[in-house]
Amino acid sequence: MSAAPNFLASGQDIQQWHLVCETRDLVKNSGVCALVESRQIAIFCLCIKGEAQVFAISNYDPIGKANVLYRGLLGSIGGAPVVASPLYKEHYFLESGLCKEYDDISVTTYPVKVEGEKVFIGI
Amino acid sequence: MTSLDSKTQIVVVGNGMVGHHFVEQLHQSDANVEITVLCGESRLAYDRVYLSSFFSGASADDLALTTPAQYAQWGVSVVTNALVTDIDRDNKKVTTSEGQVFSYDKLVLATGSYPFVPPIPGNEQEHCLVYRTIDDLLAIEASAAVSSVGVVVGGGLLGLEAANALKQAGLDTHVVEFAPQLMAVQLDQAGGKVLKDKIEDLGVTVHTQKTTQSIEAGNTCRYKMVFADGTELETDMILFSAGIRPSDQLGRKSALTLGERGGIVIDNHCVTSDPNIYAVGECALWDNKIFGLVAPGYTMARTAVNHLTGGDAEFSGADMSTKLKLMGVEVGSIGDAHERTEGALSYTYLNQPEGVYKKLVVDSEQKKVLGAVLVGDTSDYDTLLQYALNAIDLPEHPESLILPSSDAAPALGADALPDTASICSCLNVTKGDIVSAVEGGCCSVADVKGETKASTGCGGCAALLKNVVDSELEKRGVEVSKAICEHFNYTRQELFHLVKVNDIRTFDDLLEQHGEGLGCEICKPAVGSILASVYNDYILKSAHLPLQDTNDIYLGNMQKDGTYSVVPRVPGGEITPEKLILLGEVAKEYNLYTKITGGQRIDLFGARVEHLPDIWEKLVAGGFETGHAYAKALRTVKSCVGSTWCRYGVQDSVGTAIDLENRYKGLRAPHKIKFAVSGCTRECAEAQSKDIGVIATEQGWNLYVCGNGGMKPRHADLFATDLDTETLIKYIDRVLMFYVKTADRLQRTSVWMDNLEGGLAYLQDVVINDALGINDELEAQMDTVVDAYQCEWKTTIEDPEARKRFRQFVNSNAGDTNIQFVSERGQVRPATEAEKVAGKDQFIPVAMV
Repeated sequence: MSAAPNFLASGQDIQQWHLVCETRDLVKNSGVCALVESRQIAIFCLCIKGEAQVFAISNYDPIGKANVLYRGLLGSIGGAPVVASPLYKEHYFLESGLCKEYDDISVTTYPVKVEGEKVFIGI
Repeated sequence: MTSLDSKTQIVVVGNGMVGHHFVEQLHQSDANVEITVLCGESRLAYDRVYLSSFFSGASADDLALTTPAQYAQWGVSVVTNALVTDIDRDNKKVTTSEGQVFSYDKLVLATGSYPFVPPIPGNEQEHCLVYRTIDDLLAIEASAAVSSVGVVVGGGLLGLEAANALKQAGLDTHVVEFAPQLMAVQLDQAGGKVLKDKIEDLGVTVHTQKTTQSIEAGNTCRYKMVFADGTELETDMILFSAGIRPSDQLGRKSALTLGERGGIVIDNHCVTSDPNIYAVGECALWDNKIFGLVAPGYTMARTAVNHLTGGDAEFSGADMSTKLKLMGVEVGSIGDAHERTEGALSYTYLNQPEGVYKKLVVDSEQKKVLGAVLVGDTSDYDTLLQYALNAIDLPEHPESLILPSSDAAPALGADALPDTASICSCLNVTKGDIVSAVEGGCCSVADVKGETKASTGCGGCAALLKNVVDSELEKRGVEVSKAICEHFNYTRQELFHLVKVNDIRTFDDLLEQHGEGLGCEICKPAVGSILASVYNDYILKSAHLPLQDTNDIYLGNMQKDGTYSVVPRVPGGEITPEKLILLGEVAKEYNLYTKITGGQRIDLFGARVEHLPDIWEKLVAGGFETGHAYAKALRTVKSCVGSTWCRYGVQDSVGTAIDLENRYKGLRAPHKIKFAVSGCTRECAEAQSKDIGVIATEQGWNLYVCGNGGMKPRHADLFATDLDTETLIKYIDRVLMFYVKTADRLQRTSVWMDNLEGGLAYLQDVVINDALGINDELEAQMDTVVDAYQCEWKTTIEDPEARKRFRQFVNSNAGDTNIQFVSERGQVRPATEAEKVAGKDQFIPVAMV
């Protein structure tokens, strides 16, 4: 399993890697949520051609205003992985955090790394 | 048969619409010819059909069908104001009134017709005019400028057009017709009456059964017309439009064979009695008929060109059907409008308040359309014409073709037309021609028009053309793709078949074999639903879990703040006091908001995701099952009290509702489905607005199908009557499974049935008569689904792995602090954003696990 290359928000440096869970806590092609220093972070494990890739974004849906993104359906738009918010189905690109439907809306993306069976989020 | 070697001299006498069409077709045939056109008017060919538009702003240029420049480019010599006076058949020469002589190898007479003016004393006076050429129009314009009242003599097609012209010119207009009705050729008596009424509503006075005897000096107007019955009519100008006569003078002079009442006789190749002379258009007489419409004229022109260039095409008469708008009144006439065919029968629809009259004439077997009369509404014209021209068999109830918006009216789709079907009769374009055009690359109606010239004549076929083009484009995937999403190039039904036929059990397998990309929120739930319908696996099995939308994963409906609703099943709306108390206790313990639903059950709101398994564990322990309020599945079967308690009930509606709900709970479908059972005709359970509605009768049950409430409410249709319970269940099994297998993603039963060709009747045929021979299969499928039923909440709470899904955080037992409630009417509700900002101390804390 590999962590997907992450786009860091500009100017954002990783202060620390936080261990959030084991790989067995992740759900193939679905999402879970971790609480890291009072931030809610949605973690997705995508299986693309047999290989697992892990993405992490903020769990807060900026349009629906609820902490639900980890429960969204995963998919792809033109090949790029996205999650659809369970409330109103806007799509967020997992690599960039950008919202497909609204240019000026995005969610924070977080670096994630997998070492052995441990999953880390970088904040 | 003749053929052309060195440049053959072709002389065409007359440059009306048909004469021009001949020239155009001959030019396009690339034959080795030299064409000379002798045009009798000062202007080259113009559109005489749209002549009246001259008065609503069209100029002569707008009406022009060609220009001197175009003829020059084609190498066609043209002389205007050339009136041919003599034909020397032996030496093959024609002479004009100016003395010009032209030699010909082949001569084509396209001299058209002239307006017949009845021999009424006084008809030669000033302001007594005819209506045919642009020059006539200019004269009419001039007369109208100095007139207040105008009369048109002749209430036929042209006469009414002329009346429109006068009305447009601002005159107080009258139409005088010697027959008892208007448009006696195209319309029957009843249709003629409706037309008269409509025209009079528009301010034109109609006088029928009036024969004009003389035109004398008037008292209040310039003239007064005196009729045979002694009445009189004052008028300032008179337009004669009492029929046309073929301009056959040249033929008469040169001893060509003429008809008894005029017209130059032609054979099937449009050749006259002289093998080197053709006649086409209104001057020609074929089978003792003169064809006064442009379409047959065009056909004659093409036949003549074909014969000239060595072919053997034949003219075989023409369909005189016509659709037009006179003074805004729609009028249509097809085939044998007067029921002259032996054994003909008719259907008639008359709507006096709306001024609509429709008559459909069929053969004695009621299988074929022989004719039709349409006044006030010609929207059925295209369809009826296709039925008539292509001898297509009529549907079971032919009257549905002319009766207003009957749901059962089967419109004749473009697909039902054979390739030989004539789409544009003016330009002789068949459906096959259009198909070729689309095959050849045309991608729009405009393209096809340019390529085939369809709809460039009278324009009456425009709607039908669009129909055919759109249908052909769609067939080739040029238009809207019916694929479910970008990941699967199939419809839901096709995916269903792929899954079933190839025994595909997971989304990943289906994606690998038939899809691309990673899937999405459209195809995943759709495939999930298909898999459930086919195999009815536990939907939270790990392979299926990622397919489910959040509601289906967490088995509840997500509310606006991320909490869920909890809806246990209450079959038939019947609940014991113990169960009511249990619901109350669970709600109190978890501080949930409670409400009774329209489906006759109880909804608990505000449940946090991490509390769901505990809540359900208590409910399941108390005998409840999931209510599938979140699923594309059976929601509820409502019931009224029925015969057990109610003094009016004739059957046990509650018992039956409970049985039905227990049988079909868990069936996954393309969309949610809702039933109801009423115990008598008072229908207190509102079964007629349900996907499956059951209403008790003395003998048993009446079954209704495919209704729904919601945004577009639809009444269910009566499907079968007085069924015993066993048959009722069989029919419901079959209808439901047929729906599940063939409907589109998210298609309600109502839309599904509307899209079935044959609609309700077809569905009845399939289910009751087993027309497709699939009933055994449908029932077996339903039995499989019923047998495989499991309450997914029960399965979930018994599975520790599944329970693990129900948490907010994978690394903490904390709850989502963004979920905050305030109190209203003694219960909780989510705090608004403003309330959240205002302050935490108002909030009701919820016990954390």
